[in-house]
Amino acid sequence: MRDTVLAANHLTVRFDVSASWLTRLFTRASLRTVHAVEDVSFEIDRGTTFALVGESGCGKSTIARTIAGIQRPTSGAVSFMDADIAGLRSRSAVLPYKRNLQMVFQDPYASLNPRWRVGRIVAEPIVTHRILAGRIAVEARVRELLVLVGLSAGDARKYPHQFSGGQRQRISIARAIASNPAFIVCDEPTSALDVSVQAQILNLMCDLQRRLGLTYLLISHNLAVVAHMADELGVMYLGRLVEQGDARQIIETPLHPYTRLLLHTVPDPESGARHRTPLAGEVPSPLDPPPGCGFHPRCPLANARCKAERPAPHKVAKVWVACHAVEEGRLPASPATDATQGEHA
Amino acid sequence: MTTPLLQVENLRVEIATRHRDLVAIDDLSLSIGEGEVLGVVGESGAGKSITGNAILGLLERPARKTGGRILLEGRRIDDLDEEEMRRLRGRQIGAVFQDPLASLDPLMTIGYQLVQTITTHLDISRDEARERAARLLAEVGIPAPRERLDSYPHQLSGGMRQRIVLALAFCCEPRVVIADEPTTALDVSVQAQVIDLLKRMCRERGTAVMLVTHDMGVIAEAADRVAVMYAGRVVETGPTMDVLRAALHPYSRGLMASIPSMRRAARERARADLPMIPGAMPRLDALPRGCAFHPRCPVAIARCARERPPFVPAGPSGGACWLVADGASGEVPAHA
Repeated sequence: MRDTVLAANHLTVRFDVSASWLTRLFTRASLRTVHAVEDVSFEIDRGTTFALVGESGCGKSTIARTIAGIQRPTSGAVSFMDADIAGLRSRSAVLPYKRNLQMVFQDPYASLNPRWRVGRIVAEPIVTHRILAGRIAVEARVRELLVLVGLSAGDARKYPHQFSGGQRQRISIARAIASNPAFIVCDEPTSALDVSVQAQILNLMCDLQRRLGLTYLLISHNLAVVAHMADELGVMYLGRLVEQGDARQIIETPLHPYTRLLLHTVPDPESGARHRTPLAGEVPSPLDPPPGCGFHPRCPLANARCKAERPAPHKVAKVWVACHAVEEGRLPASPATDATQGEHA
Repeated sequence: MTTPLLQVENLRVEIATRHRDLVAIDDLSLSIGEGEVLGVVGESGAGKSITGNAILGLLERPARKTGGRILLEGRRIDDLDEEEMRRLRGRQIGAVFQDPLASLDPLMTIGYQLVQTITTHLDISRDEARERAARLLAEVGIPAPRERLDSYPHQLSGGMRQRIVLALAFCCEPRVVIADEPTTALDVSVQAQVIDLLKRMCRERGTAVMLVTHDMGVIAEAADRVAVMYAGRVVETGPTMDVLRAALHPYSRGLMASIPSMRRAARERARADLPMIPGAMPRLDALPRGCAFHPRCPVAIARCARERPPFVPAGPSGGACWLVADGASGEVPAHA
């Protein structure tokens, strides 16, 4: 039986970026809409990591913000522990949901209040959600949390500027787990860190997941990080999920031409200096997405059907993929299969 | 190989603070030959960018060079005055920085900036310079180059802007290009295009490129040789594949092992922890005695805490580690 913690159903988020109506009246400009997220559905099971990958502007962070309740969906819904989060209006209804869903952001310098001591930062969710009463109990819990994330109990008295980037990200994680949440949204948690520190933070995240049974939504543009962390994976392009499902299958035998090119393009130190075929062109503007399949202008396999008709997702083994070429069997042997032929560490 | 195009010998850079002078770069030597890409890697604070800026003569107070020599085609360039150095930059040494927007003037068209750079350094007319600029834009893969000359930076995407910056760096056929994290701000698919371009420009013109980055993937793709930096010193150099696959120095080994790899993720059935280096890079005002890496080193011996290991060249490679110096490198256990 699946134990789904969070589900997105046909989630769509659009932003109106038109000029004012008066300007439009005079210049005869039309309405302009950014199609940030279009018809995205996925489910995340308890204790697993679901990762979203894609290039900048593909809608990853908009999904994270929508799930966190910062952004309202244009249509579709996010249900968290069987409650529709868009339906939560009153503060009393929102609080238990917010207690269970926390976020870790990309920039450890911007996400911590520089004027607050670390102890107060980490204690804030405990106090807001009335998890513990009494200053002594809260302080003891803060010390325990700091030790749990690999800092020392005495660090509660310090200010954020006294810590390095990696240590600040540990503080962010301590704050995120302070309210005993079930679910944590991690938006590019290691992008601002050095590789050796990145390894420390990723290991900490895995360790906390095992110990506390956490569920993660991991947003990243780094395919290697995603391959290391994710159980399930969603590849986004221009606001849509083009391929989603079992992470291992996608990494080993990617189906969608975009996933293949992305996997083939990423520089991997273990593969050495093989000649890569760089993906030509750039992501089209989400203001004016191309008709048919959004990837067709850059796709080597595109034909007339791809330009006219949007592909619907269909299932191949443990993965859903939205591509006419895959459906019609026009896909050549995978260019990225060498990713599985590792020979030494 | 003949004389390297760019040689840095025993470079020392100090940063003056209220209390004392901190040594940011200590006894750093490296060389880059014609058409060669030298990758300089290390974590933030290792001194990669300061080294690049020292070569470009762009060190700003309170940092200053206090020792060593920098030679371009055998000629000293570190003792030139401001005006001579300004003429050298752009003409002989090009630079590419991380943020393309910061390198371009937002109020001037692409064409104006290219023509201005070309006519400042080369004795040709504005029309010829414009012709040359259009050819360059075509070469860096900008569609409709002639029309693009009249565009402003904000009208271009990040990848296109970085191509323009590459065109600016290469427009006067410099001998050396310092590229400081040129792909860090770009998406992976665009990153690959820019790396390819940088490599091609360098091969075709025989330019020596110093590629500063923290991304080992970029190094694997683009660099011929690698210099690994830690706390202001080069701890290891060698041909790229040797350093990536069989590093000598324990720090380089730890660094390579800590990178998540898709190959490894695909190989491993269960998710294993990433091998990691404990702790963090020391601050400049609290550099440990002896080898700066010894508090984090898994194989440190008593001598590492007392004496600093010298850089010992060994053929095309070299390292600064007592275990390497003693010829016991084979016994350095791998982290993985």
